[in-house]
Amino acid sequence: MNTALILMSSWAEKIANIFKSVTVSDYADAFLATMGITLISTVIAYLFGIPLGVLLYGTSEEKMFPNRLINKILGIIVNVFRSIPFIILLVMIQPVAKLIVGKTIGNAAFVFYLTVAAIPFIARMIETSLHEVDKGIIEAAQSMGAGNFKIICKVLIPEAKPSLLLGAAIVFATILGYTPMAYLIAGDGLGALAIQYGLYRFNPTVMYISSILLIILVQIMQEAFGFLARKTDRRISK
Amino acid sequence: MTNEIIRIENLNKTFLAKDKKIVALNNINLSIRRGEIFGIIGLSGAGKSTLVRCINYLEEPTEGSVIFEEKNLGKLKKKELLKARRSMAMIFQNFNLLSQRNALQNVCFPMEIAGVPKAEAKKRAEELLNVVGLSDRMTSYPSQMSGGQKQRVAIARALSTNPSVLLCDEATSALDPNTTAQILELLKKINQELGITIVIITHEMKVIESICNRVAVIDDSHIVELGEVKDVFLHPKSKIARQLIFPHGDAASQKFESGKRSLRLVFDGTTAFEPVISQLTLECRAMVNIVAANTKTVHGKPVGQMVIQLPSDRDAVNRIMVYLIDKGIKFEEVTEA
Repeated sequence: MNTALILMSSWAEKIANIFKSVTVSDYADAFLATMGITLISTVIAYLFGIPLGVLLYGTSEEKMFPNRLINKILGIIVNVFRSIPFIILLVMIQPVAKLIVGKTIGNAAFVFYLTVAAIPFIARMIETSLHEVDKGIIEAAQSMGAGNFKIICKVLIPEAKPSLLLGAAIVFATILGYTPMAYLIAGDGLGALAIQYGLYRFNPTVMYISSILLIILVQIMQEAFGFLARKTDRRISK
Repeated sequence: MTNEIIRIENLNKTFLAKDKKIVALNNINLSIRRGEIFGIIGLSGAGKSTLVRCINYLEEPTEGSVIFEEKNLGKLKKKELLKARRSMAMIFQNFNLLSQRNALQNVCFPMEIAGVPKAEAKKRAEELLNVVGLSDRMTSYPSQMSGGQKQRVAIARALSTNPSVLLCDEATSALDPNTTAQILELLKKINQELGITIVIITHEMKVIESICNRVAVIDDSHIVELGEVKDVFLHPKSKIARQLIFPHGDAASQKFESGKRSLRLVFDGTTAFEPVISQLTLECRAMVNIVAANTKTVHGKPVGQMVIQLPSDRDAVNRIMVYLIDKGIKFEEVTEA
């Protein structure tokens, strides 16, 4: 009994020590920064990734506006950007960041780097989801006199919605996985916290707590998108 | 011809596959009349699905033209073509309903594309679902419906833009015989009550028999036979037509015992089968042997053919022939095939 109490109090002391260097509000700030950076990058990347994904899909063989040349060129561009390691891409596009964001370091610049890296990835995810839509449904829409734009907005995307939502969860987790690199260019977030305190100041507890918070964030997003995908999918008869 | 709604002229369609030309349709000429139910029958791969897709220009013909309501579809601008397509609705073997929309929303879909105001579209969709007998399934999703119900939704959806033609691409091929009969009944009703011209693509003779007025038999990329269903059915000229009409073997092409004469009798719906043969044996005092028979009901009338083996007695044979002529039954002597 007594030993258990002593053990517990010593644990409490240890936990208190952790918060001496990094306070709860530090964790909260880092959590919010990571979530913000990830969400903003994801949203902007989707704005560009959706049209690119639709273009990749539509120009492929036997689709709405097949064009082998455009499809090949876009495919190569996407593959090139996806092949370059993020950290190298980040350095390579610094001049562009300067031009668009005005800075090459900090959170805003980091959002730009993340967005550029995520667009090709998102485009591929979208393309894959769209390919799952039954060809017959598109043909039916064409037989009703629907043009390509209406087919994209009213058939392709709504029909692929469950798959797109699940894809979004993967995209979010992947982008989140890149956020620690923000540390390298003076950005914030849980990853930066983990590296700064956990790695460089020999405080592994900070690393663990940051990681656990990241895990929780991924879990929440995965569950939320999964739930949304299941809840709105009308193919599952209830 | 003024009552012509679709005319297909010298239509050719070739596909390019790995430097090889594949001829899907070869010199098709067709005229479909306003208000009729026109059947196109053929085996898988004969080109019938390509043909129906050429009619609404989902597939662009390589050569030739499709004239729909006096408009050459090949010469229309993209926008006009999309508009023309709204007058040519289509239903499919796999129904092709939007899986994320319920029955009502599916029927509203073509009207959304055509820019019909929402409230008006909804009202019309409800009416149409009533017409196809699905007033109690308006909020059901395709995954909750049977094949027959899904095809009914598809038909309601096809009718929503007031088309003048309904193209049916193997619309009953995924359905069981009972459901097929119900769907065909519905199509017939639509044809009669709304005056919509129906073009039916199928590989099943029974679909053609039960509702079509005229039929084109398509084989190996071209039309091998064309005419009234009854005529094609009674006097199939092509091998493929015989195959489709008599999937278990054609009476006329069966082998007969050598040395014995046989007659092929044709029933065209004006006489029934049984009494003819019983009367024949009674009146001619001769026994005949029925070698083969194919009888069906077309538009509610018995039609078909029967091969009988004649007795060796010449007088009896004469009596039989006189009797048949007297009764107005067409016949021909068949020799060994």
